[in-house]
Amino acid sequence: MSQKDPDGMSTVEVAEWQAKAPVFAALGDETRLSLVVKLGRGQPCSIAQLTEGTGLTRQAVTKHLRVLEGVGLVRGERSGRESLFRFDPEPIREMKQYLDLVSEGWDRALARLRSFVED
Amino acid sequence: MSNRIEKQIELKASVSRVWRALTDYHEFGEWFRVKLEGPFVPGEVSRGMITWPGYEHLVWEAVVQKVEPEQLFSFTWHPYSIDPTKDYSKETPTLVEFMLEKTAAGTLLTVVESGFENIPEERRALAFRMNDGGWAQQVKNIEIHVTERS
Repeated sequence: MSQKDPDGMSTVEVAEWQAKAPVFAALGDETRLSLVVKLGRGQPCSIAQLTEGTGLTRQAVTKHLRVLEGVGLVRGERSGRESLFRFDPEPIREMKQYLDLVSEGWDRALARLRSFVED
Repeated sequence: MSNRIEKQIELKASVSRVWRALTDYHEFGEWFRVKLEGPFVPGEVSRGMITWPGYEHLVWEAVVQKVEPEQLFSFTWHPYSIDPTKDYSKETPTLVEFMLEKTAAGTLLTVVESGFENIPEERRALAFRMNDGGWAQQVKNIEIHVTERS
């Protein structure tokens, strides 16, 4: 295991996230979820803005942003001397659609089970 | 964002009746629409042909986990693994658990499917294509979803 940040994420883990790109797993972290929530308001933000009030270092926030960027949830772009990050809802929308689909499959299966055992 | 699906349904049938519908492989196949080859055995693969019209060429497969009479039945599987040319065995499966509880009216059945965090992207895309509509309009705007959490 490589060295960890105060936020508990090692460099190796960051690399793994970027390689495997599971959207869900990327969101299964409070810090990243709150970053997505912040960016989800629509306004692109700089790292400084995103770090504000989090109690984390800029470096730690940057790592989390890279994870989100790796799964396509966030896009970074240069603006002068700093990077601005923007939210891309598409991967979440896809994940949600997938879950809705599986969920509806269960609704239908359970409706069939109901008529099977109640009739 | 939740990575599990949980369903609850109260059935007007006894716990033993529901248990049989879940764990007798013939009965399970009736409502789940799969023609299973044999009984459910913990730790073993359960396999059969899907009987859903249009998908009869597909094999259904699960690994039975727990069979605790009239309480808990569980298996792992790869939901919507619908490409017959693809080997899904290397992917992390999801876990499906059926839990039964006696109520005044009959049986409270809880179904939990968990472990969606490891579903690869291309399979999600394939699952969308399999769907025959109906759910598309239910797709909620993620900005709303995300804002609700803040």
